[in-house]
Amino acid sequence: MAEGYIELYNVKKSFGPKHVLNGVTLSVPRGHSLVVIGGSGTGKSVMLKCILGLLHPDSGSIRIAGEEVVGLKGKARDDYLARFGMLFQGAALFDSLSVWENVAFGLIQGRHMARAKARDIAIDKLGQVGLGPEVGNLFPAELSGGMQKRVGLARAIAADPEIIFFDEPTTGLDPIMADVINNLIVDCVKRLGATTVSITHDMASARKIADDIAMIFKGEIIWQGAAKTIDHGGNPYVDQFIHGSAEGPIQMDVLKP
Amino acid sequence: MFAHIGRATLALLGEVGRVTLFLKDALLQGLTPKIFVRQILEQMMRIGYFSLPVVGLTAFFTGGALALQIYLGSSRFNAESLVASIVALGITRELGPVLAGLMVAGRVGASIAAELGTMRVTEQIDALVTLATNPFKYLVAPRIIAAVVTLPILVGIADVIGIMGGYIVGTRSIGLNGYAYIRNTADFLQFNDVSSGLIKAAVFGFIIAVMGCYHGFNSKGGAQGVGRATTNAVVSSAILILAANFALTSLLFAD
Repeated sequence: MAEGYIELYNVKKSFGPKHVLNGVTLSVPRGHSLVVIGGSGTGKSVMLKCILGLLHPDSGSIRIAGEEVVGLKGKARDDYLARFGMLFQGAALFDSLSVWENVAFGLIQGRHMARAKARDIAIDKLGQVGLGPEVGNLFPAELSGGMQKRVGLARAIAADPEIIFFDEPTTGLDPIMADVINNLIVDCVKRLGATTVSITHDMASARKIADDIAMIFKGEIIWQGAAKTIDHGGNPYVDQFIHGSAEGPIQMDVLKP
Repeated sequence: MFAHIGRATLALLGEVGRVTLFLKDALLQGLTPKIFVRQILEQMMRIGYFSLPVVGLTAFFTGGALALQIYLGSSRFNAESLVASIVALGITRELGPVLAGLMVAGRVGASIAAELGTMRVTEQIDALVTLATNPFKYLVAPRIIAAVVTLPILVGIADVIGIMGGYIVGTRSIGLNGYAYIRNTADFLQFNDVSSGLIKAAVFGFIIAVMGCYHGFNSKGGAQGVGRATTNAVVSSAILILAANFALTSLLFAD
């Protein structure tokens, strides 16, 4: 595989006695879209938070464009974070700010842009996710879940980031709105030429937005390959997951009645 | 039994350590650029201005009750003339700052913890970080600065209203001479009486904001976690205010 733009090597993270990441090794080429699939509690979110620096890995290395980013501090960390956009699972909009202020937040606070100019960009980005300028003056609490997700997407792409993370972008949405979001993600990513990492357990979403798919299980990547090949990967864990079957090598800790 | 005491002690020490680390971050980040002036002004409105009715009413009734009690006590040995001066002293030195502190702890400490706690569990604090904004600078520091600045102002106003409460009760229901009441208050009060109360107020404001932010910032586990953070913020700041009040009283009036 080509030299990755995002490279994780043997990343480990434990919370007390609980080992969440047991040595994750992953590589994403520049401009590619990687989707990490896996069940609940397999370490997907923790992996993402480690890359973002919200959590500190216990050991291992994370490189972005060949640069080690574990343990960055102060200005270097701010510069590093400025290259990211992130769409959170629950959108995580600031509910004390209006929609356009949410979208423009990174521009105003992070890049010290004038409010009027940031507002114009925010309205433009809202247009890109299919929301009219009148939505800009509403507050997040006044929006539906699907609209919140779209505003979250607009905020994630507002600063034209090189790398975008999507945390369960379609969770909690109806299938049609989920597909709308998937299309928007594909469009936005293409327009920006960004490298993306998404985590999801929604296979329809994964097939739509992924160039490559990786499967995480018990804190390790057990399979990685092109999205087209996932149906013929021959990995019993992956097969069980994509068919959504309770029977197979992955056993849930559910007490039988 | 011993195991229980030991565990409780360890938990307490651990908590003290975590608060200290939190404080280090808050002060380090809060006192270096960038300073969010807009956030500081907004918090001053919310912490200071909107606490005025609560604090004012508390001070008014406390001043009135104090005047009544002191009159009842002092009339036993014909010392009614002391009512004005003791009310002034009691309000400015102790009751003004402590009661204002406790009321603000209930009002503001709870709301800070609930707001930051909700921001934590809905990932808004993580979102701040990904938008290259330090949450200590943007959320914590403005609240601490606003509380430290506005609490003394609140207590200054509470002092005036409390003394006024004493005046109204003293002149209307006890029948003291109004002119003499004001003269006694003004002649007797020293700068130190008022300033010590204002120093206490600044310390209490610091305690309230730090406890509210700390518990909110570290809340986890959804609605229940936020509820627990709110309770802990109010209880811990109330106890710390009372303890700090004792320490400050012994320190400020040590002579």
